[in-house]
Amino acid sequence: MTIGLGHYLSVGAILFTLGILGIFLNRKNVIVILMSIELVLLAVNINLVAFSSFLGDIVGQVYALIVLTVAAAEAAIGLAILVAYFRNRGSIAVEDINLMKG
Amino acid sequence: MIIQAIFFYIFAGIAVASAVMVITARNPVHSVLFLILAFVNAAGLFVLLGAEFLAMILIVVYVGAVAVLFLFVVMMLDIDFSELRQGILNYLPIGALVGAVLLTELLILVGAWAIGPDVVKSIASPIPAPSDVNNTQALGLVLYTRYVYFFEAAGLILLVAMIGAIVLTLQHKPGVKRQNIAAQVARRRTTAIDIVNVKPGQGLS
Repeated sequence: MTIGLGHYLSVGAILFTLGILGIFLNRKNVIVILMSIELVLLAVNINLVAFSSFLGDIVGQVYALIVLTVAAAEAAIGLAILVAYFRNRGSIAVEDINLMKG
Repeated sequence: MIIQAIFFYIFAGIAVASAVMVITARNPVHSVLFLILAFVNAAGLFVLLGAEFLAMILIVVYVGAVAVLFLFVVMMLDIDFSELRQGILNYLPIGALVGAVLLTELLILVGAWAIGPDVVKSIASPIPAPSDVNNTQALGLVLYTRYVYFFEAAGLILLVAMIGAIVLTLQHKPGVKRQNIAAQVARRRTTAIDIVNVKPGQGLS
């Protein structure tokens, strides 16, 4: 019944997979795609903190803090781009975002 | 120990279940609320792991800032979300396939992995005993000394994100009067006031 590192890594793996699956499922909705990316970064954070705790090295938590910062910045910029795009086009469907035909 | 296990399964179960709801909810507002639930339960997992500071930061930053920002944007944009959900089943097979492969690989990895014997030697800064130094202080002791450049880089990232978000969303509407600080500061006495010598009984025309 002891909770080991593997348990936490399993939770991280499941959350990571759910984040990836969310990107596939909600191909049209950018907001849910951004939320899925947040889930992926949360899974990464769980892994970092779990390794930090079980190895007894606090540097993992420092890295988790950096990942948290990047995730917050990414959400802010992503939503700002979304708002600016919605103002110009009146839609956020991913399939309409093909002006540059990349 | 048994209580720890019970709480682990509660937190992990609710986190995974709410993550499922995030990606399958019909209404994006519900998605955001389930995202908040997932983050709160992940914070509970962090507390179980002994990382209280990160748990609190997760709640403050994610629930307090990022999730509210998502909620704000979802409610502010006038979007027909049911239209965006059409064709969700087209991607379900490929998504389920990729997800199943990824999850199987990750879980096989989790099951078959072991910490190498040399890892203990390469620990950069060990966690002090919780009875001596609490988690927040221990994190501060390394974050502000050895990893101060990381800390400053994080601050720079947030600054760039803040400026970027402002630049992207600020819009100048024509016809709106704005404060022009440079013009105000550059005013001189000669341009600002006009001395008029008013003759008695005439007034100003």
